Amino acid sequence: MKSNRSNNKSVSYERWGYIFILPFFVTFLVFSLIPLVDTIRYSFYEYYRSGLIEVGPNFVGLENYKALLESDLLKYAGNTFIMWIAGFIPQIGIAMLLAAWFTDHRIRIHGLQFFKVVIYLPNLIMASAFAMLFFTLFSDAGPINQILMSTGLIHHNIRFMVSTLGARSLIALMNFLMWFGNTAIMLMAAIMGINPALFEAAELDGCNHAKIFRHVTLPLIRPILAYTLITSIIGGLQMYDVPQILTNGAGAPDRTTMTLIMFLNKHLASKNYGMAGALSVYLFVISAILCFIVFKMMQDEDAVEAKKLKKKKRKERA
Amino acid sequence: MKRKVVSVLLVAAMTMGVLAGCGSSNKGGSAKKATINTEKEGKILNIYVWNEEFQSRLNDYYSEVEKVSDDKSITYLKDGTEIHWTVNPNENGVYQDKLDQALQKQADASDDQKVDMFLVEADYALKYTDANANVSVPLKDLGISDEDLADQYQYTKDVVTDANGDLRGTSWQATPGLFAYRRSIAKDVFGTDDPEKVQEKLADWNKFDAAAKEMKNKGYFMLSSVADTFRVFSNNVSGKWVDGTTVKVDPNLMNWVKQSKTYTDEGLNHKVGGQWTDEWNKDQAADSKVFGFFYSTWGINFTLQGNAGKEGAGDWAVCDGPQPFYWGGSWLVAANGTDNPKHIKDIMLQLTANKDNLIKITKDTQDYTNTTSGMDELAKDPKYGSEFLGGQNHIALFAEVAPTIDMSNISPYDQGCGEAFQNAFGDYFNGKITEEKAKKNFETAIKEKYPELTDVEWP
Repeated sequence: MKSNRSNNKSVSYERWGYIFILPFFVTFLVFSLIPLVDTIRYSFYEYYRSGLIEVGPNFVGLENYKALLESDLLKYAGNTFIMWIAGFIPQIGIAMLLAAWFTDHRIRIHGLQFFKVVIYLPNLIMASAFAMLFFTLFSDAGPINQILMSTGLIHHNIRFMVSTLGARSLIALMNFLMWFGNTAIMLMAAIMGINPALFEAAELDGCNHAKIFRHVTLPLIRPILAYTLITSIIGGLQMYDVPQILTNGAGAPDRTTMTLIMFLNKHLASKNYGMAGALSVYLFVISAILCFIVFKMMQDEDAVEAKKLKKKKRKERA
Repeated sequence: MKRKVVSVLLVAAMTMGVLAGCGSSNKGGSAKKATINTEKEGKILNIYVWNEEFQSRLNDYYSEVEKVSDDKSITYLKDGTEIHWTVNPNENGVYQDKLDQALQKQADASDDQKVDMFLVEADYALKYTDANANVSVPLKDLGISDEDLADQYQYTKDVVTDANGDLRGTSWQATPGLFAYRRSIAKDVFGTDDPEKVQEKLADWNKFDAAAKEMKNKGYFMLSSVADTFRVFSNNVSGKWVDGTTVKVDPNLMNWVKQSKTYTDEGLNHKVGGQWTDEWNKDQAADSKVFGFFYSTWGINFTLQGNAGKEGAGDWAVCDGPQPFYWGGSWLVAANGTDNPKHIKDIMLQLTANKDNLIKITKDTQDYTNTTSGMDELAKDPKYGSEFLGGQNHIALFAEVAPTIDMSNISPYDQGCGEAFQNAFGDYFNGKITEEKAKKNFETAIKEKYPELTDVEWP
């Protein structure tokens, strides 16, 4: 195929593609790239405001980076990771289960459209409003406590926000609730894109549900799974509004729900652009590394094998 | 493979873009000097506030008001000028943040968009009345003389006087604090609801603690939240929060820590998460089991009365409590660069220096207004009493405390330090961390909030 194409001088439509994606790159350059370069530049400066009086920018080299390493940066990264993974595992699990059920033509669920809408609904609520809702529901004298008390399950209020486990679980639960519907619908689309003939063939060969899912569905939706994982990692790294609103910006208790972006926001609140810039650069590096690992992990095995095969053939030919 | 590398880079770059978006927005240049525009009065008067208190005072008691828009965001004056209100909540420094942003753009903003007037609280008044920051206009430049304000309480003027001795703000209220308690609970526990007898029970902190135990034995809570007593302790400190670049934690604040820990451990308070929360408001309702709240003047009419509701009216009384304190207070400040100096002068004079108007405010709303002679008259008036407080003349009590208020220990760091301190020790009270860890957390928080502060000294 490849050699064929390079020999054949057909009309190229490629440049039209470039023209169509141009607007994005122009806006990206103006509104993202320039601030981005500025952020990196300021990360080497001492630059903040004390009251209404501005200090700096004074060049301090890597001082900001050093100060951040000495702070609790790793602890906040850990917090972010724990709350993300605690929400992501049930999210992907439930989403896969629902996607498999909803797309299985042998089960035939009634009112499928209705359920699709329902599972997607939590995602439509603004994250901050959702956090506010949970804050009220789970407050010391809130409805959840009242229900538990009146059913006699507990005799004293459970103070959810005061314990690390309670606060983190609530945040993970909210992230899960908000995103499992979205993931389920995405996976459903992926599964429906699989050629039905493959499922039929597997059935004829005597595969049960679990086997079909494991050996047909899963490998074929891998690109979408990779996409979900990456967007979720990026979303997780940027986790901010839910814990911020739920704990009123304090990351309570004992800063165990303080995420990296909340930490960043603490520096921005004090207009400490130098420190915030350095933290942003760290975050950039972390997300770049994570993305790279996931891409490596999810790289299509078949493609790798095909490449090897091609190399082999080439060698043989030579 | 190449394409994958490119896409990895793109995704990473976009992530960065999002982060950078918050990173480098609103980096303002230093505030340029601006002056007041005296030639022509602007059509729009922009006022920054953090709640509706002053808004309703102006709407109700400023003689030039013609009408108020339905959503209350605009007040129309008789001469056609419009007052535009910008409301941002005080908590977490949001109000200061928004105000700072607006003030930084002041020099470049068009006349109708400039901040003309803003309000400040004692906690951060110094930040805005600082002569170096130069964001406020000295009152004498507006044409308000010292004689105009002679009847005001001295401390309300000291707070907003800058290093050169220029007055840069004025307030319609004085805010001495008292302890407001439930009469019915006092009767049940102490056998009397008479403010003088109850005061004897609460005259100092030891007696207060003993009374708290009595409350507990009868199934009541002395206080709602640990935050309730914070101001009483933080107002009675021996020095400022910050000296140079060192935070100095006052011994009296550690007394607050000790007391709050005991109260939380022994169930003497209701363990409410903080002031202004839903639970805290509910604790002031008629069916709550909480005995009392430390409140200052505005708190009684602006907050407590609403929270108590109709059922709670008449069931409250006030007494001095264990230590004198003050809480809050709002100062009117004219923004540098305003194009409405005449209106501002008129509003300031009518609302903060007109004795008849101020007495009217007190009679209507029970607010404690900034007129020494007027308040003394009301204090001595045997006919004056608050229905909400069961006929008690609370002005008489406030009038005793008001002249003793001393704000010499306030600093621009008060709000930030106070919030961080209470947050850090909240986890300690709840038994989640040790006292040492709480101290560490406070140090972390304070250095985050104020990069210029380097050390924290503990007593």
